[in-house]
Amino acid sequence: MSDHIKAIEVPVNPQIPELHPGDTVSVHVRIKEGDRERVQEFRGTIIRMRKGGNNANFTVRRIASHGIGVERTFLLRSPRVEKVVVQRGAHVRRAQLYFLRDRTGRRARLKEKRRS
Amino acid sequence: MKGLLGKKVGMTQIFDETGAVVPITLIEAGPCYVTQIRKTETDGYAAVQLGFEEIKPRRLTGGQLGHLKRFDLPPLRYLREFQTETLDEVSEGDRLTVELFVVGDHVDIIGTTKGKGFAGGVKRHGFRGGPKTHGQSDRLRAPGSHGSTTTPGRVLKGSRGPGHMGFARVTSQNLVVALIDAERNLLGIRGSVPGPRGGLVMVKEARKQ
Repeated sequence: MSDHIKAIEVPVNPQIPELHPGDTVSVHVRIKEGDRERVQEFRGTIIRMRKGGNNANFTVRRIASHGIGVERTFLLRSPRVEKVVVQRGAHVRRAQLYFLRDRTGRRARLKEKRRS
Repeated sequence: MKGLLGKKVGMTQIFDETGAVVPITLIEAGPCYVTQIRKTETDGYAAVQLGFEEIKPRRLTGGQLGHLKRFDLPPLRYLREFQTETLDEVSEGDRLTVELFVVGDHVDIIGTTKGKGFAGGVKRHGFRGGPKTHGQSDRLRAPGSHGSTTTPGRVLKGSRGPGHMGFARVTSQNLVVALIDAERNLLGIRGSVPGPRGGLVMVKEARKQ
């Protein structure tokens, strides 16, 4: 990538720690409703991380009511992402956890890994 | 006259004040120097000639160096003329930078598009091609008929067909300046800009605003 494109990259929000696939996170997003702004929380498992400067993003999967899977992708450097809290790390052996889409219930659990 | 010469750096995206993503093309624009002013009385038309990108003196011929030396300018790779009616704002030897523009300005950008070689009608003019099925063979990207029969008995001039595509001067009008970085001489233009990365582009004040 060109130096000039790198130069205008926005720094990553200090409220976002290092994230890994498999982490259970809660993402706090600023949402505008009319003229009011509030913070919404989205809690789930990171199933992929994508690099790419200002376009760097990660996808969080959670199981909503009635066992419906919901995936949401957040831009890592977006000012709308207020903060991310890592609640649990997991031992995973691949970078993209798409296999979780085919699994439900106990089979969709990941083995915990504690990071220092 | 508001105009600059620049080089396309590439595309990326930035966030605006509401946090929305804006796709931009970065242009390394200027510093440009006013190398000559052409007046209607002497040249028959009014234009400002700008020079861009400093290079080694030995890359230019003696005549080119002499042209720039009149105003003590460095050796410049590119010289381009911007036709304009307002010649008063600049004088010969002036140095122009991206600070000429402000965020929100509308600009026209002129570049040379990427060459596509000899292209068929589907790619070049958006012809629909033929059907894929119903007993067809070799008709998928065919241009179809060029014209009528004995009358006029020839293909009308100007008919669209396959041929050389790209590597043409193209103007993208009314693009919006989304970012200015005076320190690095960068202009961020919302949307795409004609030409390859590293290609020369002319940035002008929008004509239709």
